[in-house]
Amino acid sequence: MFLPNNPLVVLSLVVFLPAAAALLICFLPKGSSNLIKTFSFCVTFAVFLVTLLIAIPGGSDAESLRFAMGNGEIQHAFSVDWIPSFNIYYFFGIDGISFPLIILTSFLCMLAMAASFPIEKHVKAYCILFLLLETGMLGVFMALDFFLFYVFWEVMLLPMYFLIGVWGGPRKEYAAIKFFLFTLVGSVLMLVALLMLYFASDLNTLSPQQLTACKIDSSVVQQTPEGPIHTFNLLALAEMGQMENSPFDQDLLWGKSIQWWAFLLLLLGFLVKVPAVPIHTWLPDAHVEAPTPISMILAGVLLKMGGYGILRICYPICPAAAYELAWFVCGLGALSMVYGAFAAMAQKDFKRLVAYSSISHMGYVVLGMGVWTITAGNLMSTDYWSLGMNGAMFQMVAHGISSAGMFFMVGVIYERVHHRDLDKFGGLFAKMPIYSGMAMGIFFAALGLPGLCGFIGEVLVTLSVWKYSAVLAVISASVVILTAAYILWTIQRVYLGPEYKGPHGESLHRMTPREIAIGAPLLALAVLFGVWPRAVLDYTTPSVNKTLGDMAVWMERVELPRLKIEREETLHEEEITDNPIAPDLTKPAPSSVSSLTSRETESAR
Amino acid sequence: MSFQELLKNTFSDTFQVSLGAFAPELVLCGLVIVLLLAKMFLPRWRSGPFWLTVAGSLSALWLLKPWESLGVAIAEKATPLFTGLLVGDSFSIYFRTLLIGFIVLFAIMTRLTRALDRDNDVELFTLIVGATVGMCLMVSANHMLIVFLAVEMVSVPSYILAGMVRGQRFGSEAAIKYAVYGAATAGIMLYGISLLVGTLGTAHLPTMGKMLAELLQNEPMADRYLVLVLSGLMILVGLAFKLSVFPFHSWAPDVFEGATAEVAAFLSIASKAAALGLLIRLVIGLGYVADPAGLAALEPVRWFMTGSIGTLAAMSCTFGNLTAYGQNNLKRLFAYSTIAHAGYMLMPVAAISALIGTNLVDARTAASATAFYVSIYLLMNLVAFATIAFVRDQVGNESVGALKGLVQTSPGLAVLFSVTLFSFIGLPPLAGFAAKFAAFASVWNAGLIWLVVIGALNTVLSLFYYLRVAKVMTIENAPEAFEKRIQIPICWSVRGWFILALTLPIILWGIWWNGLFIWTQAATSLLF
Repeated sequence: MFLPNNPLVVLSLVVFLPAAAALLICFLPKGSSNLIKTFSFCVTFAVFLVTLLIAIPGGSDAESLRFAMGNGEIQHAFSVDWIPSFNIYYFFGIDGISFPLIILTSFLCMLAMAASFPIEKHVKAYCILFLLLETGMLGVFMALDFFLFYVFWEVMLLPMYFLIGVWGGPRKEYAAIKFFLFTLVGSVLMLVALLMLYFASDLNTLSPQQLTACKIDSSVVQQTPEGPIHTFNLLALAEMGQMENSPFDQDLLWGKSIQWWAFLLLLLGFLVKVPAVPIHTWLPDAHVEAPTPISMILAGVLLKMGGYGILRICYPICPAAAYELAWFVCGLGALSMVYGAFAAMAQKDFKRLVAYSSISHMGYVVLGMGVWTITAGNLMSTDYWSLGMNGAMFQMVAHGISSAGMFFMVGVIYERVHHRDLDKFGGLFAKMPIYSGMAMGIFFAALGLPGLCGFIGEVLVTLSVWKYSAVLAVISASVVILTAAYILWTIQRVYLGPEYKGPHGESLHRMTPREIAIGAPLLALAVLFGVWPRAVLDYTTPSVNKTLGDMAVWMERVELPRLKIEREETLHEEEITDNPIAPDLTKPAPSSVSSLTSRETESAR
Repeated sequence: MSFQELLKNTFSDTFQVSLGAFAPELVLCGLVIVLLLAKMFLPRWRSGPFWLTVAGSLSALWLLKPWESLGVAIAEKATPLFTGLLVGDSFSIYFRTLLIGFIVLFAIMTRLTRALDRDNDVELFTLIVGATVGMCLMVSANHMLIVFLAVEMVSVPSYILAGMVRGQRFGSEAAIKYAVYGAATAGIMLYGISLLVGTLGTAHLPTMGKMLAELLQNEPMADRYLVLVLSGLMILVGLAFKLSVFPFHSWAPDVFEGATAEVAAFLSIASKAAALGLLIRLVIGLGYVADPAGLAALEPVRWFMTGSIGTLAAMSCTFGNLTAYGQNNLKRLFAYSTIAHAGYMLMPVAAISALIGTNLVDARTAASATAFYVSIYLLMNLVAFATIAFVRDQVGNESVGALKGLVQTSPGLAVLFSVTLFSFIGLPPLAGFAAKFAAFASVWNAGLIWLVVIGALNTVLSLFYYLRVAKVMTIENAPEAFEKRIQIPICWSVRGWFILALTLPIILWGIWWNGLFIWTQAATSLLF
């Protein structure tokens, strides 16, 4: 089908079409709520269609805007001056890390809009905010300029606050402000890190080739030779972060470098969104109070932004700090998995249970990213780490499907019986067979049953951890059992059993066609990704492995020599003090990892 | 130089250079006289004062020609006026444009509200225009004498404005509090000025900088340090009072509550902007000299200014934001909000003083960040106080509760006011964020990490009370027994247009603020 060749037009269209539609809705009459809902749905559908067109494999030539498979680089990037006073660019681009999440966003937005049809309160405002939210989310995944990223990141906040605060449940105000507060703290930390990196960066340190690769006009550098030229370009910042004598290695505070602080601040900012224990407390409240479609978006898309940010910003820009703090990331990931699973088991509220399961599942994402291993035995190899990162990436997509599905399933039943008390359910299978079948499918996908989407991500992450830390591997494997326990128990309490005895039993009618149309694609994707994970991995692996390869190269070029020098120094000191047998310092460095960058993508499958 | 030559020089300086650059102020002075005469000769022309004020201010703006010095990249070179009492440069043109432009907006706002009956119009406009002349002098001051005179020229009309509505207890109380407090700080400031001038032997700001540098170069351990520090602090007290910065803020909530919302808008925007302009002048005058040796010698002065202004900024932000929590009166709430924002605005000033010794380009960026913040703050605060005034006119109530369920009766106003509130918090893509970003960036660049951290944390603190107002408007339902509902349709009323016209730039400058920032850069490019 026809797609203009200009990435500026297409990518901007994808991001700003919802916002433009929101502006248009402002002028529609207030009473025509069905018209407004249908129009909004059409817009979300159109956005999904465009992203789908980009996704269809085949066109690998440079002319077409199709997503080129097997290419780990940024594609369809374009950069336009935005605020030259601060070197800020309107810089968009997609790659295998962002693009699957973009499709996920547009897909879930479409389904969530379809799920919004029962909403009758202030429909106009709801649709406007919803569409603005979609613009914010898509923008976050597209932006490659740190400032632009930050702007979109914040743009999401306001619509979300109102969507929870106005259309939410009984404790909506509390939940909305809590969500706002936590996220704002996170973004303020990000803002400080942003300034930190911006003022430490200097484009003069990059070669013309690197500048071209980062979509920076090299004439910028020649024009002003004196003084540093700061940048917000995420690719350029990553190049600088991975240099020897990186400008981010300067000391900032308390003996820690700029990178270390930036990494910590950014990580905390993103972990709020993921969310990781102990900064997760906003999530159960926000999820429980938010209306069903918004819960779907929250769980399906917003949580992924944290993971995306870590993968896109934290790791490439601050590798030294990431290496130093890998234990912290992994520890938080494992803690979230265990805590989320136990907390889910203790819930009486159906939606709260699903919310805690999200925390547990997102723990896999954090753990998989944190597993920093570039050796296998005595060989340099990023196989394990690659498993972990790809698993984390897959888990993000898979969780997007399964958690959105679970929240939708909870919403369907809540609409009928107006309660979510797990103890008052039971016997739904008899009254709503199609619904129960679908719901059980989705819940099994979340459980990680082989053949469904949850399995692949979990197994990849669990395998990868083994090399990093056996203890964490055992923990993460045992969480699978906990997950099975709470999900099976839930299924038993809600769907099985003789008959439904709770309130409003008379209104338990079958699923409407609209509801089936929302649930079915989610279930279908859960199955598809489970039996043919390459549907996701083919898109993600090249980019994930490129990020990984860059860091492995950095490790070999920068970090290992440094570690070696440190080790020699300590050994020398020991030699002087204890006079032990002199160790063989002339042992050759570990074998070359230059092949890592071109590592086959097979490893992750 | 003979007496005759002196006379001739003065004559040519005054008539050929100074008066031309001073024309906008002269027009404003003329406007004051015309306003008073119009009251006498045309007492029946009710809307006369309004039209006269608008026409006078617009012609003053036209004489100022901001498009000539700001529109193009070449900024106006600094020229001493009236033998160095004032300085004419693009910085002063920028601030005077803001101040005189604000009179126009203010006049339109008072025309749309009903707090001050039409009979008071003349007094109101006379005082406002007169105070603005003082403010214009503040931002172009180049001499300590003018500094003090200008501050007093602004203060005295402000005291009267605070008690403008006759027969109202709160108004009179506010006026007397303001006057007593103001007189005390003015006295302290004057004492500080006299100490400083006495120590340095001159009152001309650039010369003071030179003398200070010489003093520090020649006598590294001078016994006059104590006097210098003391005088610096005393001058800061006077300016901090004008800026309503903690701990010299305590007049602000009472005065804002007692005065009408319109006057509060004037006090919170115009006098703050002018005081900030003056502070930048003083910081540059005392912390910068062109010759490198002198510049290096002034390091302790800059260190002192950075430290004291930065500390004031940090305290003011934190105090303002924390105290605003408990407020139920909208004007009081916004009084604390202005205290907090005065803190944010002081942050880049501390950055100027920290950077001016080492990196002039970055110091200029810091100065433009201040000017940028002021311009955006003008819009935001004007929307806030205009909304308060409009709501008060309709329901006679200025509490936060008066806004309950506003979204149901006037959705447009509720949305635009919410947008402004979020801009106050500093959320992108609104202009308030751009302002905060530019300010924080300069502060970080100056190496004041602690100040950035405090500013950033304050952004979180400020979330609660702004959001509370937004929540009351949008999430809470209007009470059933609410007789009077606020009806201000955005599309079909002049008030709506007024709010819309002020809010649109907040949104548009939030999305694309490069243009405005370039103007502020032009304004500060030849500041030092």
